[in-house]
Amino acid sequence: MKRVVITGAGTINALGATVPQTLEAMREGRCGISELEFRDVERLSIRIGGQVKNYDPETRFNRQQLALFDRFTQFTLIAAREAIAQAGLEFSGELAARAGVILGNSGGGMTTLDENYRSVYEDGKNRVHPFVVPKLMNNAAASHLSMEFNLKGPSFTVSTACASSNHAMAQAFQMVHGGITPVMVTGGSESMLCFGGVKAWEGLRVMSRDACRPFSANRNGMVQGEGAAIFVFEDYEHARKRGAEILAEVAGFAMTSDASDIVMPSKQGAARAMQGALKDARLNRDEVGYINAHGTGTAANDKTESAAVADVFGAHADRLMISSTKSMHAHLIGGTGAVELLACIMALRDGIIAPTIGYQEPDPECALDVVPNVAREAKVDVALSNAFAFGGLNAVLALRRFT
Amino acid sequence: MSIKDRVIAIIAEQAVLEPSDVALDNTLEDLGIDSLGLVESIFAIEEEFDISVPFNANEPSESDFDISSVRTIIAGIERLVKEQS
Repeated sequence: MKRVVITGAGTINALGATVPQTLEAMREGRCGISELEFRDVERLSIRIGGQVKNYDPETRFNRQQLALFDRFTQFTLIAAREAIAQAGLEFSGELAARAGVILGNSGGGMTTLDENYRSVYEDGKNRVHPFVVPKLMNNAAASHLSMEFNLKGPSFTVSTACASSNHAMAQAFQMVHGGITPVMVTGGSESMLCFGGVKAWEGLRVMSRDACRPFSANRNGMVQGEGAAIFVFEDYEHARKRGAEILAEVAGFAMTSDASDIVMPSKQGAARAMQGALKDARLNRDEVGYINAHGTGTAANDKTESAAVADVFGAHADRLMISSTKSMHAHLIGGTGAVELLACIMALRDGIIAPTIGYQEPDPECALDVVPNVAREAKVDVALSNAFAFGGLNAVLALRRFT
Repeated sequence: MSIKDRVIAIIAEQAVLEPSDVALDNTLEDLGIDSLGLVESIFAIEEEFDISVPFNANEPSESDFDISSVRTIIAGIERLVKEQS
């Protein structure tokens, strides 16, 4: 089996338009959540989100591209350009034929859907732009990424709600690990911050009106974000031979299904996923120094996740650090695991643990070291990244510091 | 129909019971209504009375709306209908 390393990372999200900007914001414990800005926002009761602001798509893409690229595709390509430039790879010949792209995404082109439904239902128009379908399809981002970089190997999009990116990255890992391809581009993106997207979430009554405060006793729900993060996963030997800089090693993963409830999380499902990832990566539980939590800031997730961590890690649960960076970049749904992997890379490579900001009151049901409010310096050898989706579909990745 | 009877009808429908089987002292749990059933009931109540019910599933006890029994739900709806009419 091949060792798999990360040789490139890129992002755009509410905290920054690049990886360095995002990591700086995480180190400073900055909050990217702000007042939402889009049409009809005054008809919503939830009006905050991790929205990408000061963003001008016309400086990134030409007119023909913008006619085809929904916001989630734009974010994907911006992140991919950064990641692939860092990796320093050109895809041609044999490498192009084998390398592919697997992305996570949940909502597809939600803004495109919203704008065009409004046009036909509210404005009564009988004609829509010819590119509505290719613009909104969930695989549009993966396809445009493959076209821009000439990736001709296995390519597809995974949709498992809040775990989409982790499922996608696990698949990419598996392909490189198994020797199917020396390089995969992977990660995820999401952009549901439009009237219809937020209105749908509002209906479930799990959204906070003021802040995302994971693990804090006074937490009152999740906050939606948007953006993308993209990574280059590479066979270690392939990376070594070309002298590539290695950000971290992907050591293993596990996926589980709760098979119990469409929205309520399960401690057993989460625990089995963490245990499985450790086993797959051949790690002992006491080697884990940091967990990037799913940590949505809902009453149900945070206490269930804390209980699962306590079950899996026993006494070591009190020694490891666990933080939820959703408190800063909010919940990117299908793209969230990808942005959160950046915090794991920062922990392993830079020895800086991103904090859980907005933490105000300890909750006895979440009695773990959640790195409250301020980033911390610590040497970490192994990190886990948790994602537990609606529908009970869980995916946990294990990463190791590259030495 | 009174507000009370209309609320009971909605709760009964959610619980798949006859309205006569719903007692004022019942909790939603007694009636077999889970968290999803609760938010669905609140949605149905908002539609029925054209009101907005301030309920966040993350902090049911902090919401300005008491869901601890059928009786308190009815009292809350009566108040909201008066306030929002």
